Amino acid sequence: MSLGTGDRTAILGRVKEALRIEAPLKHPAERSAGGEPTTAHFREWLPPVGGSLDERFELFARLSETLKSELHPCADMAEAAVILAGLAKEGNWKTVALHRGDLIDALAEVLPPELETMRLKPGYDKDQLEACDAGITECDLLVAQTGSVCVTSKSAGGRVLSVLPPHHIVIARRSQLVTDLTEAYASLAAKYRDGYPSMISFITGPSRTGDIERILVLGAHGPKRLTILLLP
Amino acid sequence: MTTHAGLPRHQFQQDANLTANDGPRREAVRKALGNYQTARNRTGATFTDWKSARNAAATIKHEALNHLDRYLEEFEQKFTARGGKVFWASDSKQARDYILKLAKEKGVRSIVKSKAMTGEEIHLNEALLEEGYGVVESDLGEYIQQLKGEPPYHFVFPCMHLRRDEISDLFHRELGTAQTNSPEELTMIARRVLRRAYVEADMGISGANFIVADTGMISITENEGNARLTVGLPKIHVALIGIEKMVPRLGDLALFLPMLATAGTGQHLTGYNSMYGGPRQPGETDGPEEFHVVFLDNHRTRLLADPEQRDALHCIRCGACLNVCPIFKNIGGHTYGTTYQGPIGSVITPHFRGLQDWKHLSGASSLCGACTETCPVGIDIHHHLLHNRRNAAAQKPASGEGLLWKAFVFLMKRPALYRLATKFAPLGGLLQPLLEHVPFNPLHNWTETREFPQAPLRSFRDQFRAHQAAKTSQAKGGAR
Repeated sequence: MSLGTGDRTAILGRVKEALRIEAPLKHPAERSAGGEPTTAHFREWLPPVGGSLDERFELFARLSETLKSELHPCADMAEAAVILAGLAKEGNWKTVALHRGDLIDALAEVLPPELETMRLKPGYDKDQLEACDAGITECDLLVAQTGSVCVTSKSAGGRVLSVLPPHHIVIARRSQLVTDLTEAYASLAAKYRDGYPSMISFITGPSRTGDIERILVLGAHGPKRLTILLLP
Repeated sequence: MTTHAGLPRHQFQQDANLTANDGPRREAVRKALGNYQTARNRTGATFTDWKSARNAAATIKHEALNHLDRYLEEFEQKFTARGGKVFWASDSKQARDYILKLAKEKGVRSIVKSKAMTGEEIHLNEALLEEGYGVVESDLGEYIQQLKGEPPYHFVFPCMHLRRDEISDLFHRELGTAQTNSPEELTMIARRVLRRAYVEADMGISGANFIVADTGMISITENEGNARLTVGLPKIHVALIGIEKMVPRLGDLALFLPMLATAGTGQHLTGYNSMYGGPRQPGETDGPEEFHVVFLDNHRTRLLADPEQRDALHCIRCGACLNVCPIFKNIGGHTYGTTYQGPIGSVITPHFRGLQDWKHLSGASSLCGACTETCPVGIDIHHHLLHNRRNAAAQKPASGEGLLWKAFVFLMKRPALYRLATKFAPLGGLLQPLLEHVPFNPLHNWTETREFPQAPLRSFRDQFRAHQAAKTSQAKGGAR
């Protein structure tokens, strides 16, 4: 049953009527070639990144530190497993939540045997996920300019696996690191040519708030910790 | 907060007086904003060219707003093709009624909300609570304000005016938690309470920071993760969005997201920037079964129809103009009596709620231009305040002003009468104190906070004439 579309015609009519006179453009973009500022130009104005992969990585590492994300470059999956086992011990984890994926499946093989796993499937129990000690996901991209991890509902086990458990672990490859948001959007557009996932999210550090006296507190509603395991 | 009967301008004046005299409150606000300014300056300096970035943002918004009809239709087509629903609401009531009807039809019991100023604008919570739905605000600052029974103080920092001990008292009173002076412990209390709300709610309500036309998505910016959970867990989602939040292309966000973060909080990017294009898609693990976007006009088209002030709709609600405004710092957010506080609120509210009732806000400015300077999308905010003043005066000239000018002209044309008036002017200073105790003293508004000017016993003309006379007699004496 439908609740209708409301005043669609009336509102569009008012908008069209209102726009009969174009407003003056008070601040024209200076360097736009074709009259419109294209996304390619954004790079000239935003914080610079540097061209080489090493420069990108260095910036990503520096921002991770500022953001209090925990970045661990790993030589191979075995090293990632060691780091994860350490985190599990430190946090006294009982259950971790995972989704399906090449990297995740390989990681699942080498998890500490005493750790229980919850593989997220459609119709999963929300309470059970909420009780997990950590959520482990893959991601689509890492963004050097902003220190962000880009996840989507397709790459990271849906909408909330990366945000409901108190510790979010991301497993990624160095090749997933892109320069900036412009490159990230272009890369997503190419990857999801046949239809975007219903959610794209740029995660920049663990959950945080400054609502009380503008003092930074981590873990407001989402993860208190964000760990990035970076494979070659 | 005090309650007021009467006109918005009376409420404004009363609250402005209260806050301006509340030293500790002003100190708390100033301290919070000082921290903001430091962070913003630091992050802003990392831009290669902030000014060009700002001009590009202004140009993109100009494009979006001046072809808004086309972009709204493009969004609708893309969004509904993926199973989303779009409802167009002309006013607050229509938007409220739609959400209430939806909740009723789907058998909703509890609702979790992430921060949405549009929700404040249409008084959504009150309407939902009245119909018996449980509604919980999930943004920490909004949650604190909801417990306190107050509207947000600032549309980005809802409880910036409260000290930690006041929040601790509030939690103690409302939730029965132990007193603490640690912001971290206070945050964890809210985290524990709200976790249940996300899992149990069957409807999530959010706003949005951007509507993206070319991919049919909405974009939400937040730090806490509460919006991610609100849009992820409940089976129905409703996003209530003002129609002006448009950008043409998904790629435009590569510019707007860093600028919003820098201007809004001084971060280089906000914690979570999420784009949603409809309900859960085939093959996805979770997400709402239904995703409704409610487009809200609520007089935005009235502002759109004014080409001179249309760019006020470019606003991305970063709150930077509030943070730098000397008036905001002294009178605080609640004084405005509006959904959108500060300079930008003073520009747009008269368009939304009526120029004559809200024109006093245009006077609440020193015209220093700090708001215009800081705006990341280049809105000429303080000029718009002047436009509002001009329009208000043209629409309804101040009563009695014409008569005063006529009297002045009459006097100035008659030198004898003018001289007589200057002789009697000192009497005004003697009579004025007597007026102090008269009810409806016409000078009250002026003399309450200012000294009544005393006219000198001898006018300048008299003094000058005497001076000249003395000189002449001296000169004559010297010649003799």
